[in-house]
Amino acid sequence: MTTALKKPSRKVLMEVRGLKKHFEIKKGTFKKEIVEVKAVDGVDFEIYEGETLGIVGESGCGKSTTGEMLLGLLKPTEGTVKFMGKDLTKLNKKELREIRKDIQVIFQDPYSSLNPRMTVEQIIGEPLQLHTSMSKQEIREEVIRLMKVVGLNEEQLKRYPHEFSGGQRQRIGIARALALKPKLIICDEPVSALDVSIQAQILNLLKKLQKEFNLTLVFIAHGLPAVRHISDRIAVMYLGKIVEIAERDELFANPKHPYTEALLSSIPVDHPRLRRKREPLKGDLPNPANPPGGCPFHTRCPYAQEICKTSAPELKDYHEGHLAACHFPIE
Amino acid sequence: MSMQTQVEPNVVEGTKKDKSRFLKIIQSLLKSKTGFIGFFIVLTVVFVGVFANYLAPHDYAQTNVDNRLMPPFWMEGGSPEHILGTDNLGRDVLSRIIIGSRVSLLVGVSSVIVAGFIGLVLGLISGYYGKWIDQVIMRLVDSFLAIPNILFMLIFLAVIGPSLASIIIVLGFTTWVVYARMVRSETLSVKERDYVKSARAVGASDFIIIRRYILPNIISSFIVIATLNVATTIILESSLSFLGLGIQPPEVSWGLMLSDGRDYLATSWWVATFPGLAITITVLGIIFLGDWLRDVLDPKIK
Repeated sequence: MTTALKKPSRKVLMEVRGLKKHFEIKKGTFKKEIVEVKAVDGVDFEIYEGETLGIVGESGCGKSTTGEMLLGLLKPTEGTVKFMGKDLTKLNKKELREIRKDIQVIFQDPYSSLNPRMTVEQIIGEPLQLHTSMSKQEIREEVIRLMKVVGLNEEQLKRYPHEFSGGQRQRIGIARALALKPKLIICDEPVSALDVSIQAQILNLLKKLQKEFNLTLVFIAHGLPAVRHISDRIAVMYLGKIVEIAERDELFANPKHPYTEALLSSIPVDHPRLRRKREPLKGDLPNPANPPGGCPFHTRCPYAQEICKTSAPELKDYHEGHLAACHFPIE
Repeated sequence: MSMQTQVEPNVVEGTKKDKSRFLKIIQSLLKSKTGFIGFFIVLTVVFVGVFANYLAPHDYAQTNVDNRLMPPFWMEGGSPEHILGTDNLGRDVLSRIIIGSRVSLLVGVSSVIVAGFIGLVLGLISGYYGKWIDQVIMRLVDSFLAIPNILFMLIFLAVIGPSLASIIIVLGFTTWVVYARMVRSETLSVKERDYVKSARAVGASDFIIIRRYILPNIISSFIVIATLNVATTIILESSLSFLGLGIQPPEVSWGLMLSDGRDYLATSWWVATFPGLAITITVLGIIFLGDWLRDVLDPKIK
């Protein structure tokens, strides 16, 4: 699948340019001091039709904020999100509601993402009820079909979310996202709240559905192992910026950015002989309200030099769509 | 791929499904002890209120100075003629309680409905939309809290004049702030949940989000507060009556009886105690019923 996607025939489904989201936080006595938290600070990338793009980064790096902006749920401070030629940031409420048919979301926590007061039928049927003129009976039939697609039973139609396990709830969430036959689904850490044994089931289900419905997926996760299984391309985020983006195999084989290298070396290896020398990252993620100047990673980078403290590196193409932002990329 | 589709064993399917909603509710009422007791009490009080004219053994307004402050029948000096004794003007306490149930219940429940409705709507708007609307509504709430309730009610009633309707409206307008604040804070916490985000993600309008996602998830706390407030309102009505701006004699309410009997508490306890008991039992019934209602509305408790 990956090789097929590499061909120039691939179509851009979504184009993100200079995306920024700054949150204002009022501080101090009488809240006079305004601090800007740069959750997402200038992000550019494309999403190609039919691919799975993984977005990886530590907590607080802005990956979920990016996801919400791709959905049009959050207005960016700056930048554009073009989806099939339309700029999401310029649409009004009504037009945005229309675009929901094409862009859907799967949430991280299946325990808080389903309304506890609605039955499965209502939860999965709601998007249909809102966007189509289907009758109650037609909606019910469609809901039953969707439930079968995601591996739920027809008898569970009238149940409430609390009667299901985490994995089953996530299936309900997936069915709801699928109901309108969207083109793009943003998966915001869809398996990180689930048991390991269930994670694989849900990932396989997503892969199967992607093929069946020709879906494009954005898969947000906090570690590389989680996206390896499912992604075609992977973007690594650090402090609101993309530091490296590449085809999955390329990224795993030849990381260019020291942060990607550090993430890779933190993956446990199952065979003793394959174990590399670990280079654990020192220190914590700097405060996004007060990011370090120059390259945002220089405070924790093992290869940092003087220039890294003063000038921020640009994203550069090193090898057929393998982009990295580093003054001293790893060879 | 193995499908995780086993039916969970704790839910029995089939028979339950076919029954109508009404039958289901009756069934759950019979199952819940407190719910049944509450239902029974409230039903009794409503029945007494509706048929008060036929049930009262005496004319509730007829004074009889010879029989003043007669104790209940089991005490020395009591007579079976006046089962719960008589008050300072020789009026039959039992008859007055029976007749008074009308006004008390009507005022208690109606003003809670008025206040609850105002508070619910403003609280939802304030919590959901935030920003300047929230500021405006919350400052309004603050100003209501700053004015002493009694003062507000006195001015209002002095202007429009005391009547059953005006008492209900006044009580409603002074107590809505409690609901508004509670509903607002609950709304603030519910609207940050992922399921509200998922509603926006499928393109639900604000109205649908409030109606389907927020309201059902805050309604249980609301019901609890509302039922508790029926008691407060009945007592509040009594303080209005005490100040002469509530129910006007010869009309009677439990609150009015309570404040009338206060002066005789040391010598003739029954004048104030029985209407007080009536308030307590009724309120308890309403609270029980409210508790049950909250459970019925919550799909998690079955």
